[in-house]
Amino acid sequence: MNIIKAVNLVYDYIKRDEEDRIEEVKRAIDHVDLEIEKGSFVAVLGHNGSGKSTLAKHLNGILLPTEGTIWVSGLDTSDEEALWEVRKTAGMVFQNPDNQIIGNVVEEDVGFGPENIGVPTEEIWRRVDESLEKVGMAMYRKRSPNRLSGGQKQRVAIAGVMAMKPQCIVLDEPTAMLDPNGRKEVIRTVHDLNRAEGITVILITHYMEEVIGADRVIVMEGGSVVMDGTPREIFSSVERLKEWRLDVPQVTELAFELKKKGVALPDGILTREELIEALVPLLEHGMKGMNDVNKSN
Amino acid sequence: MIRDITIGQYYPVDSVIHRLDPRTKLFGTMIFIISLFFANSLLCYLAATVFMGAAVKLSKVPFRFIVRGLKAIVLLLLISIGFNLFLTDGEELFRIGFLRVTREGAALAFFMGMRLMYLVVGSSIMTLCTTPNQLTDGLEKSLGVLKRIGVPVHEISMMMSIALRFIPILVEETDKIMKAQMARGADFESGNLIQKAKNMIPLLVPLFVSAFRRATDLAMAMEARCYRGGEGRTKMKPLRYAPRDWTAYGICVCYLAGVIALSRL
Amino acid sequence: MMSIKAIDLDYTYGPGTAFEHHVLKHVNFEIQDGEFVGLIGHTGSGKSTLIQHLNGLIKADSGDILYHGTSIYSEGYKLRELRGRVGLVFQYPEHQLFEADVFSDVCFGPKNLGCSEEETKKRARHALSLVGMDESFYGRSPFELSGGQKRRVAIAGVLAMRPEMMILDEPTAGLDPRGRDEILNQIERLNRQHGLTILLVSHSMEDVARYVDRIMVMNHGEKVFDGPPKEVFLHYRELESMGLAAPQITYVVQGLRERGIPIDDSITTVEEARDAILSLLCTSKPHRD
Repeated sequence: MNIIKAVNLVYDYIKRDEEDRIEEVKRAIDHVDLEIEKGSFVAVLGHNGSGKSTLAKHLNGILLPTEGTIWVSGLDTSDEEALWEVRKTAGMVFQNPDNQIIGNVVEEDVGFGPENIGVPTEEIWRRVDESLEKVGMAMYRKRSPNRLSGGQKQRVAIAGVMAMKPQCIVLDEPTAMLDPNGRKEVIRTVHDLNRAEGITVILITHYMEEVIGADRVIVMEGGSVVMDGTPREIFSSVERLKEWRLDVPQVTELAFELKKKGVALPDGILTREELIEALVPLLEHGMKGMNDVNKSN
Repeated sequence: MIRDITIGQYYPVDSVIHRLDPRTKLFGTMIFIISLFFANSLLCYLAATVFMGAAVKLSKVPFRFIVRGLKAIVLLLLISIGFNLFLTDGEELFRIGFLRVTREGAALAFFMGMRLMYLVVGSSIMTLCTTPNQLTDGLEKSLGVLKRIGVPVHEISMMMSIALRFIPILVEETDKIMKAQMARGADFESGNLIQKAKNMIPLLVPLFVSAFRRATDLAMAMEARCYRGGEGRTKMKPLRYAPRDWTAYGICVCYLAGVIALSRL
Repeated sequence: MMSIKAIDLDYTYGPGTAFEHHVLKHVNFEIQDGEFVGLIGHTGSGKSTLIQHLNGLIKADSGDILYHGTSIYSEGYKLRELRGRVGLVFQYPEHQLFEADVFSDVCFGPKNLGCSEEETKKRARHALSLVGMDESFYGRSPFELSGGQKRRVAIAGVLAMRPEMMILDEPTAGLDPRGRDEILNQIERLNRQHGLTILLVSHSMEDVARYVDRIMVMNHGEKVFDGPPKEVFLHYRELESMGLAAPQITYVVQGLRERGIPIDDSITTVEEARDAILSLLCTSKPHRD
């Protein structure tokens, strides 16, 4: 079952002058077809301006397509009647941790979503308790958000979305403003949620390390999808990624450089363990050969 | 780190006063203020002192926090007492140089001073025992009636609540911007009034831009969580009266009646 | 020649309040003219507070800071002048932009330093060229630009003061890989081609390893390591316990060494690793006798 389906999606940013005449038209999404499977963990990669954030904002109806259609769980986002259902189904976590927290106290912020959709008081408390547990922030429930770190704030934001019982969470560059520890916290949390709750996760990012654990990676460039596959497949094309000024993990880059010089390494090495496992036999063989040469001299 | 500064003076402790519904406390504070304007004799102030003293005791807030508010009005107090003491006509008691102190002046000064101090302490008890959020909730509920004449009570309450949340954040941002401009040689201290005002532009413009950006982001986040105004919203922490609230209401009404009666004597 | 010397710097935030925090604990270091130094540390280690001491925005409780030999705490020292010579670029510097057009904003710094109108314009033009912004940007509103462009304008705003030293707090925060590379390359050019002393505060070990001559590591207010990247990253286990990490390559190299491969353990970049591995493999080609 597909939770997201986009057909021929086009989005233009239209800049108007004071007299409302069209001054500039910028095409941010250029005929994109997309289907996302329920329960999957999909990463959308691309540099700033590639269209990835614009795409994210279509997933919960913040932006409506200029052309084409996008369905969330079978609901057409441009159908006004269905909009709230769409937003209940696809929750969104934004980049700036402070600018999405409403409550003065953590538990009150998590309850904000359920309050909006008319959940009865007792049920709100149940959902808040559950959501805070799932993101590991239950002990901070009475705190003011101002006393939390960036990673903790984002986890509260995730809990706030979870409390609405969505089928899918879209995270628009959730770690861009965090330090490395905060980033790890947030990514670990969404992976846990994806595995334990079966929630579809769509992660928009430009950090390579975050993409490695995904089921599927979509690379965007100039408003189009230019690559679509598993992390291993994507990172095998190091040169194309570099062309689009995207990073690859240092291990992948090293493997690529060595392969260029003729070293027999497999494609798509992603982690340091994989690289070490692949290199050791080659180096040992080489060293053994060297020792033999030395012995025979 | 600057955002560690808390707004208002909420003192977190568990007491009867803390547990009262915020509407009850708003009512009580209002009653108390009204009573102070009726009070015109020592007997009245005795009643007020008993009422206030009981509230202070029940609130379990340390005394030094309660009188902190008085520091802010020291100047006002002195001016008010001074004016009344020295500028009132009547039966002269004594002189200091060219300043004459009259019996009427002394009485006025005393009552004015008492009134001011009690006003401050009385409202302090309210803010010490009620979180800003509870206050906005209380106001929203009690002013709910105004919805019928088109006043956007819920929206105003939500605005106040969000403003409270962002004040520490904006204070911290002001500090950051100030430091960034100072690192470019800006001077926020010297110069006359006009110059100082001009010097504020590099501080105010970025601050406003930032505040607008935050507002836009926040609106998007609220909509993403299905916010659409007060219609159909439920409450996580609905305000519900408990027996102690009715008792409190009763005590307040009796107290006011008592003070009014005493003032007629 | 020594640019800046910090002697026994000590600073406590909010003494006597509920938020009292001993942020800097007897910090000592020296930065020479023309050096490119990296400053790393966990969040809350004191990095941001430390850099604000170096241009006099915060005054230490005890200790001294010498700039070109003179104490900045000496009587009559002109801190404003210091700020023109030690430029400080905060995190997300684009948040300080305020003028109606890019050029005016960049002129703010030199104007504050008392430069003549002609000199101010000259400096602004030069600064904008240093960050790669041509005349087409001068008249545009800074609020219309992209994130990366705004940031370059903000950095130009500090460069326009013609500082001798630049301190940059996480200049790549929030930028994508392309933006990050551009900014770091620009900073490197400022150091290598224009001789600016640079102090770079960063969270990215890979970035720091690639560009700096020397790394200082802060941990809970104390400076714990100070040396070239190769030396500092040898302590990768201790760095981990401080909530930091070494570049990914360091871990690969250590992993290989643990398996008995005699690879140089001071390798910190991809290029070095590639060359070392290739040489280990090439020398192993069997020779014909």
